[in-house]
Amino acid sequence: MLQCKNLTCVREERVLFNNLNFTLAPGEILQVEGPNGVGKTSLFRLLVGLSTPYEGEVHWQHQSIALDRDAYYQNMLYLGHKSGVKPELTALENLHYFHQLFNPKVEFDAWEILTLVGLAGYENVPTAQLSAGQQRRVALARMWFSDCPLWILDEPFTAIDKNGVQVIEKLLIKHAEKGGMVILTTHQDLLLPPQLYKKLTLQKPAAGEQYV
Amino acid sequence: MFNAFLQIVRKELLGAFRQQSDILNPIWFFVIVVTLFPLGIGTDPALLARIAPGIIWVAALLAALLSFERLFKDDFIDGSLEQMMLAPQPLTWLVSAKVFAHWLLTGLPILLVSPLLAVFLSLQESTFWALFLTLLIGTPILSLLGSIGVALTIGLRKGGVLLSLIMLPLSIPILIFSTMAIDAATFGQSYIGLLALLGAMLVGAITLAPFAIAASLRVSVS
Repeated sequence: MLQCKNLTCVREERVLFNNLNFTLAPGEILQVEGPNGVGKTSLFRLLVGLSTPYEGEVHWQHQSIALDRDAYYQNMLYLGHKSGVKPELTALENLHYFHQLFNPKVEFDAWEILTLVGLAGYENVPTAQLSAGQQRRVALARMWFSDCPLWILDEPFTAIDKNGVQVIEKLLIKHAEKGGMVILTTHQDLLLPPQLYKKLTLQKPAAGEQYV
Repeated sequence: MFNAFLQIVRKELLGAFRQQSDILNPIWFFVIVVTLFPLGIGTDPALLARIAPGIIWVAALLAALLSFERLFKDDFIDGSLEQMMLAPQPLTWLVSAKVFAHWLLTGLPILLVSPLLAVFLSLQESTFWALFLTLLIGTPILSLLGSIGVALTIGLRKGGVLLSLIMLPLSIPILIFSTMAIDAATFGQSYIGLLALLGAMLVGAITLAPFAIAASLRVSVS
C-alpha cells in the first residue's frame, strides 16, 4: 500500500501542490490528472524517492520510503519521461540488462516479450535507430516481466499508437486484478473498469499560497 | 549482487565498443600531448628522461579529465542514471561498477600505451617500471576522485570547468607521490614506500569514494 501524507512540493520557491494526501491500495489504478506544469512529474519523483518533499512523507507498507530504500525499490517499477533505454544497445541487450538488474528472479523469454510489444524483427537493431514509439516500447517491455506490485508510470503512452495503448491498458487491468497497484499520468482517456480505476486531479494552490 | 556489478560493467563495455570514439579520443589525446613535448623542447635524451614522469602523469591527468564527461552524463540524459538509482541494489555498489568500467576503458589503455611513450621519451627500464606501477595504482584513484566531481556537477549545463576545478586539486597528492617514486627509481633508490603511500590512497578511495559518489548523485539528480 502506498500512502502520501501531507506532501508539499516546492520548486524555486513556487508551491506546486500542498498537503496532498492519497492512498493507493492493492488492485487500484490511479490516474493523476492536471494541466501542464501542475507538478505531476514532480509528484512522481517524490513518490519514487528521486527528490525529497518539502514537507510530508511517502509511505510504502506503513514505512517511510526514505528509511528503507532497498526494500521499496524491490517492489517498485518506475518508468519516467526519460526512458532509461541505452541508445547504443539493441532492444534485446537493453531488456537483458533491465531484467538482470531489477527482476533477476523472474524467468522470461525476451524474444516473446519483444513480439508482444510489437518489436519482432527489431531485436538486434541498436535502439538509437528505432522510432520514438519503438524506443518507448522497449522501455515499456519491462512491465511484462516485472514482478513488482507497484508500477509508477509517468506518461507511458507518449508516442505509442492506439493499438499499443489498448495492449498496455489490458496489461494494467491484468496487473490490478492480480492485486497490483498502478499510478500513472496521461492526457488520454483510458478505458478501464470503474471498480479498479480512480482519478486524482492536481490543482494549483490558492492564490495566497503560491509562494513560500 | 555480484551479478548486478557484472551486468553494469558488461553494459558499459558493450556501449563503449559500439561508440569507439569515446574510448579512443582520450587515449589519442594522451599520446599526442606526450609526443608534443619532445617536439617543443628538443630531443636531448637526458632532458627528456628528466621531465618524462611529469609529462606522462600530467597528460594522464588531463586525459582522465577529458574522459569523465561520458561517465554519468549520457546516463543522466537518457534516464538510465535515474533507473540505476532506483535499482534494488545499493547505489554505492552500482556506482563502483560504473567506476570500474570507466577505469577499464580509460586507465587500462593508458597503462597499455605507456611502454610506447617510455620509448618516445627515452626512459630507462627501471624508471619505466616505476612509472608503470604508479600509473597502475594511480589511475584508479583518478577515476574514483573524478567520479565524485562528475556526480556533483552532473546537473549543471557547463560543468566541465567546475569539474576540473574540483578534481585537479584533489589529484595533486597522487601526482606528487607518483613523480617522487619515479624520480627515486631514476636515481636507483628504493621507491616501495612511496608506492605503499599511493596504495593506501587507493584503498582509502575505493572504500570511501563510492559513498561520496552515491550521495552526490542523489543530490544532483533531485
